[in-house]
Amino acid sequence: MRAVVLPEVETVPAWRRAARALAAEGVPADAVLWSVGEATADLFAGGEQAGAPPRTPGYLDQEEGGTSRAARPRLPRAAIDTIESALCHSDPERFARAYRLVLRLSSGAVAWGDRSDRDVRTVLAHAKAVGRDIHKMHAFVRFREVPGGGTRRAFAAWFEPEHPCVERATPFFARRFGDMDWVIATPRVTARFEAGALRFEATRAGMRPPEDATEELWRTYYASIFNPARVMVKAMCAEMPRKYWKNLPEAALIPELVRGAETRVRAMAAAAPAPVAPPRAEKLRAAARALLAEAEPVDAAGRLAREIGACARCGLCGPATQAVPGEGPAHAALMVVGEQPGDREDLAGRPFVGPAGQVLRAEAAQAGLDLGAAWLTNAVKHFKFAPRGKRRIHQRPDAGEVEACRWWLDLERALVRPRLAVALGATAAGALTGRGGDLLRRRGGIEAAPDGTPVLVTVHPSRLLRLPDRARAEEERARFREDLARAARAVA
Amino acid sequence: MVKRTLAEKLAILSDAAKYDASCASSGGERRDSRDGKGLGSSGGSGICHAYAPDGRCISLLKILMTNFCIYECAYCINRASSRVERARFSVEEVVRLTVEFYRRNYIEGLFLSSGIIRSPDDTMADMVRIARTLREVEGFRGYIHLKTIPSASRELIDEAGRWADRLSINVEMPTEASLADYAPEKSAQGIRKAMAEVRLRREASREGPTFRGKRPARFAPAGQSTQVIVGADAACDRTILTQSSTLYASYGLSRVYYSAFSPIPDPAKALPLKPPPLMREHRLYQADWLLRFYGFGVEEIGGSSGMLDLDIDPKTAWALRHRERFPVDVNRGSREELLRVPGFGTKTVGRILAARRRGAVRYEHLKAMGAVLKKAQAFIVAGGWSPHGLLEAERLRARFAPAPEQLALF
Repeated sequence: MRAVVLPEVETVPAWRRAARALAAEGVPADAVLWSVGEATADLFAGGEQAGAPPRTPGYLDQEEGGTSRAARPRLPRAAIDTIESALCHSDPERFARAYRLVLRLSSGAVAWGDRSDRDVRTVLAHAKAVGRDIHKMHAFVRFREVPGGGTRRAFAAWFEPEHPCVERATPFFARRFGDMDWVIATPRVTARFEAGALRFEATRAGMRPPEDATEELWRTYYASIFNPARVMVKAMCAEMPRKYWKNLPEAALIPELVRGAETRVRAMAAAAPAPVAPPRAEKLRAAARALLAEAEPVDAAGRLAREIGACARCGLCGPATQAVPGEGPAHAALMVVGEQPGDREDLAGRPFVGPAGQVLRAEAAQAGLDLGAAWLTNAVKHFKFAPRGKRRIHQRPDAGEVEACRWWLDLERALVRPRLAVALGATAAGALTGRGGDLLRRRGGIEAAPDGTPVLVTVHPSRLLRLPDRARAEEERARFREDLARAARAVA
Repeated sequence: MVKRTLAEKLAILSDAAKYDASCASSGGERRDSRDGKGLGSSGGSGICHAYAPDGRCISLLKILMTNFCIYECAYCINRASSRVERARFSVEEVVRLTVEFYRRNYIEGLFLSSGIIRSPDDTMADMVRIARTLREVEGFRGYIHLKTIPSASRELIDEAGRWADRLSINVEMPTEASLADYAPEKSAQGIRKAMAEVRLRREASREGPTFRGKRPARFAPAGQSTQVIVGADAACDRTILTQSSTLYASYGLSRVYYSAFSPIPDPAKALPLKPPPLMREHRLYQADWLLRFYGFGVEEIGGSSGMLDLDIDPKTAWALRHRERFPVDVNRGSREELLRVPGFGTKTVGRILAARRRGAVRYEHLKAMGAVLKKAQAFIVAGGWSPHGLLEAERLRARFAPAPEQLALF
């Protein structure tokens, strides 16, 4: 039987060295007695010095002097990290279990992650318990300011974790409180962070640092943020178990807060609403109204845009962000009409800024059509969509919606009085000419709107984005460009 | 006016802030102060540093800059006509409180909101100054959550997103009509436009991909969230959830918070006398999770009344209404089918799928995989287990609902 006594400080690295040496010798798991003893009694300290920084968990894969390749246990990285975490549990059997599991994993007797195996299950459960304890330590350590030596401020805390996890838990504080010196003392091990270096030592005297002035402000905050109308002591205790209360400055307030809650709620219920608002309130509200009143638009286009913005002629205004009115020079010779704003247009409040808009702009530039001189708008002014997780799926507006929105399109046409309108796609063609079908046969032709305005019918640029076949897409793009060029010639 | 001490202001302005449910401090950029030149760290999962007896976590210093307000929102304790005590922090006071609380490990950072004073721009400008001072003067690398004022100018929102990890704008009410009734100065469209603006800026701020292929946003890296008040108006749960799914799809929100309307001191006349059961809030969160992580659609959740069952969770309620889709064979069911089994969470389903590659999954393994068998057993078939008559049993619902209470005799 082999006896291994591990030190109280830096226990896990010592276990790691011992386990590696034992495994190399081929010592079976049931032939080792593990215990934690004096901080210095490390039988296997060997080549590594105490206080050396912990090695990365890839250690079992590394070549070691004197260890034959065959005898070296090989474990998945996740297994090593979890086993080392479970070694911070308070269970006295943890060292033996971990060594046994390392041997069984490396011999292939058990697969890592197999929860039907008892050792794997226990190690996972222990690692989880340690993880929770570490998390609670990160949450519940309370620093108090203490006199510092140099330019760095100094803080100290006393904490009692359930498991010996200080060495695993405190690097977090080094990352978080990098510009101050601090000490976290626990019943056995003390972590010390001075001038940017973290080290561990055996705790000499368990002492709490004296209270500092900010603690009273913290208690004020704790008492005020509590809502007496929803007392849930069980929920609180589940997350902040009583065993931590003795080192939390705010916990002393809990009994009084809970006792007083009912009286406070009754007082709120009894207090009748004020019969009349205080006169000051009326003055404030008048100020708010004055502040929020928007400036009257100066031109007809601005007035129309505002009216469109307030439209509720159909149900589409509910889920959409905003109506997207047309934009362009007031008396543009050309009016380009799309189907409806898409995702990007809905967010930005401007027409043709999304992917299809970019296709339109690119092709128009190639075709010599100046879109800056055109009035850009849509047959329907709100985005119709169906929510799917984090995306919005475009939905085609129905006849009723197109009809409701034609009111605005007609007003825009009356305002701009274009010499030519370009209908992009069936919805726009329907809204402008009254007939939306048979688009592919009509494309490229110039028709007449009921009021006589010439309408050039073509496809919607989003169609070009949807064609999977490259050659076909190129061909379609060229035809679209031709249609736009025809529009350019018509208004030249 | 009498000069208030810092402690008095803190008491007033944290009391005024407690009706905002948001407390998250997770996600966003990874930062730390290991270089010794600043204070704080963030990124990864957040930490709840304390819990109040109301069961809510305390993760951030949640305060208002001021509770003076020119708006008259009926549900709000700080509305113009309310007779609460008023106070206002200076920029320096908020910065000092945040840093000193942070250094003592009380908090993860700051959640700053405010009443509207003078104008939305003035208010937003002061809030932005607080965030900038924390970042630039104090070298603060902890978490900052700023509430944005819907009608504040674009430049201010831009700067807010540069300093803050998260921005949020509350939609407050489930429908546009009730917002108009309860908060006459607020506009639903204005709120939606502000959220759209934040989404566009976040997307524009995404830079080259990291080694994992993600493109993190530099603008408000922890995203945006919102809150809706439940039970102040007559909206049913389905209306509320429909709004949420639209919001998630439209603005890429990280979270929608549901806050059961809570009685406040000096209530307005427009408010109902009784608050809704807190269980309703809980069920809404459960349903929200089903929408986001379990592949449920809004139309599948809740009964014909549009309300969620208060006695049983929405997933079990759905399973009871669709018994024809069960039992699901744990060894054959697809991920989508397994996710619909009551008592199976996303992690459990992942473990089951992984374990199936090693061999058949047996009933007795399911507990170690995280399944809640009391819920799941009637709905599954596994190695060594078949529900037999359980699924058809008339009394199946009674196994999940709390026992009926006898009325008190006195």
